Amino acid sequence: MTPLVEVRNLVKHFERGGGFFRAKTVVKAVDDVSFVVNEGETFALVGESGSGKSTTGRCMLRLVEPTSGAVLFRGKNVLGYTSSQMRAARRDMQMVFQDPYSSLNPRMRAFTIVEEPLVIHSIGSKPERRERVADLFKLVGLDPAHLDRYPHEFSGGQRQRIGLARALALNPSFIIADEPVSALDVSIQAQVINLLMDLQEQLKLTYLFIAHDLRLVRHISTRVAVMYLGRIVEMGDTPEIFANAQHAYTKALLSAVPATDPDAPRARIELDSAQVMHDAPLRQISAGHFAAV
Amino acid sequence: MKQVPFLSVENLTTVFDVAPRPVVAVNAVSFEVRKGETLGLVGESGSGKSVTAFSIIGLLQPPGRVASGRVMFQGRDLASLPEREMRKVRGAGIGFVFQEPMAALNPVMRVGAHIAEALVVHGLASKVEARSRAIDLLRAVKITDPEKRVDDYPHQLSGGLRQRVMMAVALACKPPLLIADEPTTALDVTVQAQILDLLRDMKKQFDLSLLLITHDLGVIAETADRVAVMYAGRIVEQGTVREIFHQPKHPYTRGLLASIPGGAAGSRLRAIEGTVPNLASLPPGCSFAPRCGDRMPVCDTAFPPQTVIGNDLSAVALGAKVEHSVRCYLHGGRP
Repeated sequence: MTPLVEVRNLVKHFERGGGFFRAKTVVKAVDDVSFVVNEGETFALVGESGSGKSTTGRCMLRLVEPTSGAVLFRGKNVLGYTSSQMRAARRDMQMVFQDPYSSLNPRMRAFTIVEEPLVIHSIGSKPERRERVADLFKLVGLDPAHLDRYPHEFSGGQRQRIGLARALALNPSFIIADEPVSALDVSIQAQVINLLMDLQEQLKLTYLFIAHDLRLVRHISTRVAVMYLGRIVEMGDTPEIFANAQHAYTKALLSAVPATDPDAPRARIELDSAQVMHDAPLRQISAGHFAAV
Repeated sequence: MKQVPFLSVENLTTVFDVAPRPVVAVNAVSFEVRKGETLGLVGESGSGKSVTAFSIIGLLQPPGRVASGRVMFQGRDLASLPEREMRKVRGAGIGFVFQEPMAALNPVMRVGAHIAEALVVHGLASKVEARSRAIDLLRAVKITDPEKRVDDYPHQLSGGLRQRVMMAVALACKPPLLIADEPTTALDVTVQAQILDLLRDMKKQFDLSLLLITHDLGVIAETADRVAVMYAGRIVEQGTVREIFHQPKHPYTRGLLASIPGGAAGSRLRAIEGTVPNLASLPPGCSFAPRCGDRMPVCDTAFPPQTVIGNDLSAVALGAKVEHSVRCYLHGGRP
């Protein structure tokens, strides 16, 4: 296993408020987070809203500037890159966003949306780009006859495919998918997940999958990190985390997943925040399994 | 003995008068909620489940209107009730909880004022009594420090707390029926679990019947006694929660259940191909036919009639309860 991305002691603090005679408050959105994503795997970052999982993803691509830490991509720290170096690096690391309704410019045609990264990186002539975009459309299961349509003419699932085509335009090896299906209807979610898995195999992609749906995470990820209040509280191989969770928060989270069998016994474990030692360091439980207990 | 349904929706049809031609959002929908039970109404966006709820409580906004059908509740047809009478039913007869508690709560009103308003409007308490009743209700929905929270504004509360406040408002006048429209959708998993537990608890404590509208089959499995599955404005399958989850008959129900991740890790999910149809241009036959793996020529002729599964039809004629029914030619009703 070769690490493709390594996040070391990542910190992102947001300052809030402050003013005359008033102290600023600091929100520790991401608080000393470290993990490795290996080549070809799907690494899932799970947690509730406000846990810092999306901020972590955004810091890795420097869509948000981290306060401190390092993000090594193929061994090089991208946080030290100049903006032009960073732009070049983003050819290889792309993002798919949660809401396909707000992440696509409504006044741009689908073709222009997918073509844009190629234009920015001056790749190909106009006809070549058109051909490339048509190929990308086919790759993600869209009809190239619809290239000149506007986003509102597509359904939610199709829009997410457009977002994916755009992310794939520059042949990246690493994709951060931030809740890519949570805004979609149940019957469409499975289609997009299948597509993500097919593309991973076909294009040898590595995913960082940010999600709150644990059923989904269990299905597609090889390893999981659970975030709580800006920190990773547990991390390990997916089957191990689901079978042998150690941290109180992970246990509460797992027990909250709705059963899909009406006869399944319900055993809810509530999180007693007093139980959580917030500064506990990650400790090795077994090979590859770490928990802050 | 025929059990008297508590809420009975009969052939409800709701139409949106839009150009170029009206769109039928709810098409001849019939179901009932019995005393003390939870009926789960499940469907995807655009299936008509929320429009059904709004039609029942008379909160449909133009261009939407109930075109035909009856909504029988406590011996009266709500669909033909004048607004003045309807206002008495809302809150006192039927309480409701919406998906977005932030949108449903007034940002410039304190928590207590929301509850007090419901009590005062229905003449159930004076302004002075209302405050202590509000505190009691907040305690009932398990909000800690109700004496303090009663003076909070909605923006000071987390999503879960707001949903609890919504529940307190809905239950203020002790309605016998509660309609909850996606009550947990905007919430985190652990908070969602707490709200579902609370709903079950409130059902017992307040002797409620519940119409629970959701797209989440997990929520249904955990909460409902019976389930009605909606697709493109129609109920395509209805049955007890066990029948629906263990012996689903409609290809759409089966598809929904199969698309939930849960099989071998990394295996392909069994997705339903295609997309939810546009209500303005439905196919002539079964609305699900274009996406259906079991499509037959007959499916394109007319919408399938209701077929009762495994229930003696003569017993049904004598007034026994229809439990499991489906609208699909695979299970009968071929012309």
